[in-house]
Amino acid sequence: MMAGLCRVTPVLRATLNPGTSSLIAKRFNSNKVYGPLADADRIFTNLYGRHDWRMKGALSRGDWYKTKEIILKGTDWILNEIKTSGLRGRGGAGFPSGMKWSFMNKPSDGRPKYLVVNADEGEPGTCKDREIMRHDPHKLVEGCLVAGHAMGARAAYIYIRGEFYNEASNMQVAINEAYKAGFLGENACGSGYDFDVFMHRGAGAYICGEETALIESLEGKQGKPRLKPPFPADVGVFGCPTTVANVETVAVAPTICRRGGSWFVGLGRPRNSGTKLFNISGHVNNPCTVEEEMSVPLRELIERHAGGVTGGWENLLGVIPGGSSTPVIPKHVCEEALMDFDGLVACQTSLGTAAVIVMNKQTDIVKAIARLIEFYKHESCGQCTPCREGVSWMFKIMSRFVKGDARPEEIDALWEVSKQIEGHTICALGDGAAWPVQGLIRHFRPVLEERMANFAASKEAVAN
Amino acid sequence: MLRIGASRLLQHGGRHAAVVSAARTQSSAPDKIEVFIDDMPVMVPPGTTVLQAAAQAGVEIPRFCYHERLSVAGNCRMCLVEVEKSVKPVAACAMPVMKGWRIKTDSEMTRKAREGDQSMAFGSDRSRFLENKRAVEDKNIGPLVKTIMTRCIHCTRCVRFATEIAGVEDLGTTGRGTNMEIGTYVEKMLLSELSGNVIDLCPVGALTSKPYAFTARPWEIRRTDSVDVMDAVGSNIVVNHRTGEVLRILPQVNEDINEEWLSDKSRFAYDGLKRQRLVYPMVKDSDGELRPCEWEDALIVAAKALKAADGSVAAIAGGLADAEALVALKDLVFPDAGTGTDLRSSYLLNTKIVGVEEADMIVFVGANPRFEAPLFNTRVRKAWTYNELHAAMIGPDVNLTYDCEHLGDDASIIGKLLDGSHPFSQRLTAAKRPMIVVGTSLLARPDGDVLYAQLLQLSQKLRSSCEGGSEWRVFNILHRVASQVAALDLGYTPGVADIRNNPPKVLYLMGADEGAITREDLPKDTLVIYQGHHGDQGAEMADVVLPGAAYTEKTATYVNMEGRAQQTQAALVPPGMAREDWKIIRALSEIVDTRLPYDKLNDIRNRLAEVSPNLTRYGDVEEANYFAQATALAEMVSGKKGAAPIDVPQKKLEDFYMTNSITRASPTMAKCIAAVKKEAANKYIE
Repeated sequence: MMAGLCRVTPVLRATLNPGTSSLIAKRFNSNKVYGPLADADRIFTNLYGRHDWRMKGALSRGDWYKTKEIILKGTDWILNEIKTSGLRGRGGAGFPSGMKWSFMNKPSDGRPKYLVVNADEGEPGTCKDREIMRHDPHKLVEGCLVAGHAMGARAAYIYIRGEFYNEASNMQVAINEAYKAGFLGENACGSGYDFDVFMHRGAGAYICGEETALIESLEGKQGKPRLKPPFPADVGVFGCPTTVANVETVAVAPTICRRGGSWFVGLGRPRNSGTKLFNISGHVNNPCTVEEEMSVPLRELIERHAGGVTGGWENLLGVIPGGSSTPVIPKHVCEEALMDFDGLVACQTSLGTAAVIVMNKQTDIVKAIARLIEFYKHESCGQCTPCREGVSWMFKIMSRFVKGDARPEEIDALWEVSKQIEGHTICALGDGAAWPVQGLIRHFRPVLEERMANFAASKEAVAN
Repeated sequence: MLRIGASRLLQHGGRHAAVVSAARTQSSAPDKIEVFIDDMPVMVPPGTTVLQAAAQAGVEIPRFCYHERLSVAGNCRMCLVEVEKSVKPVAACAMPVMKGWRIKTDSEMTRKAREGDQSMAFGSDRSRFLENKRAVEDKNIGPLVKTIMTRCIHCTRCVRFATEIAGVEDLGTTGRGTNMEIGTYVEKMLLSELSGNVIDLCPVGALTSKPYAFTARPWEIRRTDSVDVMDAVGSNIVVNHRTGEVLRILPQVNEDINEEWLSDKSRFAYDGLKRQRLVYPMVKDSDGELRPCEWEDALIVAAKALKAADGSVAAIAGGLADAEALVALKDLVFPDAGTGTDLRSSYLLNTKIVGVEEADMIVFVGANPRFEAPLFNTRVRKAWTYNELHAAMIGPDVNLTYDCEHLGDDASIIGKLLDGSHPFSQRLTAAKRPMIVVGTSLLARPDGDVLYAQLLQLSQKLRSSCEGGSEWRVFNILHRVASQVAALDLGYTPGVADIRNNPPKVLYLMGADEGAITREDLPKDTLVIYQGHHGDQGAEMADVVLPGAAYTEKTATYVNMEGRAQQTQAALVPPGMAREDWKIIRALSEIVDTRLPYDKLNDIRNRLAEVSPNLTRYGDVEEANYFAQATALAEMVSGKKGAAPIDVPQKKLEDFYMTNSITRASPTMAKCIAAVKKEAANKYIE
């Protein structure tokens, strides 16, 4: 109740947290503040698994309610609602979903179309899709049908991360229940539309979360990204038009259709509308996954839901706001950051998957970033040169930086290497590997230099 | 057995489709679009890539992984160029141009993007790499291709070649990121008759030639353009030689024949040219031993025998004989014989090698194109991959690297197809551009003429009803040896039954080493003259040996299976006392007192043109059109059909390597056979 009040009475809220909101207001020339989300506006009402995740519980939470009617309203209606809602892809890139799905509605050339749900959630720090699939799987199953119908798809493939054993199991139970209830299969929900949903378990490669690598993997090949164009909407899985969408994007579609795109667009700032699952991890008192309104201030998010930074806000060193690929931002930037696509771009970082990794002052930031680069080095598919060679090169440099065993000029060399990777690769993994390093250099250059100076000094001391 | 999936086809099909459709429908060329390469306007068809458009404007964009005959991988990122209004540079090899694009191949962004690589011309001028470099253990992938894996940049050209062109899935990548490696997954040989091509494709020298390794530097080598004679395809080659020795053989581009590929036999059998050579004339002494002698002695012995034979002379030409030698031998031994008695269309690959790309149905009868003519087979595979060509086989069920419907090996199938009672008939008659490809081993059967006649009739029937119309040629013969077509053009007849039935007093073997006639077939008093370059089966049974020149040592004419005359160039001089073959016969004619009227190469070429003008129209294919007449003749053939199943002599890869006297003398070919056999014995590899 309190939460609902806050959303409608910004004045009251402002009194609760004066520092943050005044800064925000100053920066964005607006008095409107965002968050916390009212309970009535929550889409994922069983995020914490406190209720039954099976069909019975799902029905009680309003899933599968009038799905038939939604489908009978037709493709254009669904697409229009999604477009009105301003929904942007929740997998990291934030492409407008309505537009993406409408790419599939070109005149058919006889090939079937497919919806592929990207459930290969592997971005370090991110655990939102997992919560959906294990606690609210019917949201996703229903989403497959609604989104699938919007793009005229014959079937949906859910490509789920191999490590998600329980999630895959719950998803399969939900799919089976839906088939049994007549919600899927021939004449799905009695709408006259035939639609199937298949699960496919991955084998644990981060790169398979990239849409074209995922398609390759789904086809039974090595998970290596394809060149684009042609885009999956032209040539996707098994050579047929395909749309790859994130779990969260697909799972919110039925609720948007039921409550209307205008409801969704009313949440968050323009072009950044809706609710979003945020994963807050790291040095916070209460790491959690929470559904919040878009454009919620970062500080508000951490303090309200995660119990604040360990050791207090003043003990904050920096935050990686959108999963491991996004550049780190230091404390002074965090104070003003709004958690949405445009707000974080303004901070030279990105919303990504909205996985907030909080680091307080006990963090060795160089080591932390080096560890992330090691991850990317391990996960680079090896297909294209800049990423294959560049990321391992960056890791080697970073490993020396951790000790300080380098010359300050090498910081610029590292920057150059990261710039050589960024934008030059087949897929976005290269970009994702380059950004953390760029964030580190941008905001923590003095730390690097100090460490090098200390190392040089200790070496000299030993030599003498 | 990967047929490029629909996805790949759509992704990359544009290029190939353009090639093929351009040949078929030139009138309906789509409207061109204008793009700007460094502000230079160029008009290109839609679907052209940035790299191709730049090439058209005369700008070469650097690349490693792109190869025009392979699918686009786009992984080296060397070809990144700036396109105006695009935030990121684009991979020129993969990106189709859009109308009005302004492409900047030398802008700041482009140069910056290229510097990611460390090459000399385009990269940064000094290394910024301070760490330890990665090293990869070399792999053993057989006796032909040497690997230096640390050099590998993972462009995957070799993988794409093996999968797409050679049709074997032996090569692939394992591991991820820096740990990625190109290899054969498990230690095994690259089992392909085309494996040597990956050496040419490798942009960095990670794959090199094992036999050539450390033998020479490219700048020491002299190069002579020539033609290959290991099969009847007539692949164009460059003979690389130094100080009288062939050091390697490389393919030369000829779009009509071998594109830019070469089979392993053509590429690697050259070490056979140095071994088992006949370097001096020899005459059998009273002990039955061949003794070296002077040319004069040998020629006199031969001439005496020829004179004494009083017309009872026969000649057999081997697979490596050139047209000049063949015509000289004919003029010497059978001065009164007519010219070609057969209709050319009856013994040529009438559709031509490129023609396969237009066919939609191909039926092999007693032929194994994969080993009899590997580069013909790659064309078939290309058409199968990109044009939905349907292949079928009457004969043994062999692996052709693409899907091939096996109709059985019963000879009666041909008759059933002719009268339309076979289940496959319907498909065959429905084909728009069918091809019937007949193997020469079928014709050598006792009932070969009956089957041949039936196939001619079947072809003519298909031709009259198919959509390709009179322009389309259905009937094809797949020859196996380089000399065959020229020999037929000159009036030689196939088969040795006559010789066996009426043994001559003198038998002249012109490089005939395949044991068609053995000593046991001949009476004791028959004198055998062997002229050729290798001490093989022919020389073994000879009374007089006249040492000739191998194909790298003479300027000579060969006609390939299509009927295309081409000439080899003398890269070396024949070893020892060996001489060019036609000159030997010319010298012999002098002693026999029937002096042949040609002293120079031009003279004998004129004689060739006199007999059959196509023999000197180098590079061209003379079209042959007497199908109706041939069919009419075929209808007169009658005989009994044998019950033996249709078979081919080369079924497995190990049958491929040794097919003539040069390859039998080649240690490399022997190593290949041993390696393939060893591979076959490995119970862990299927």
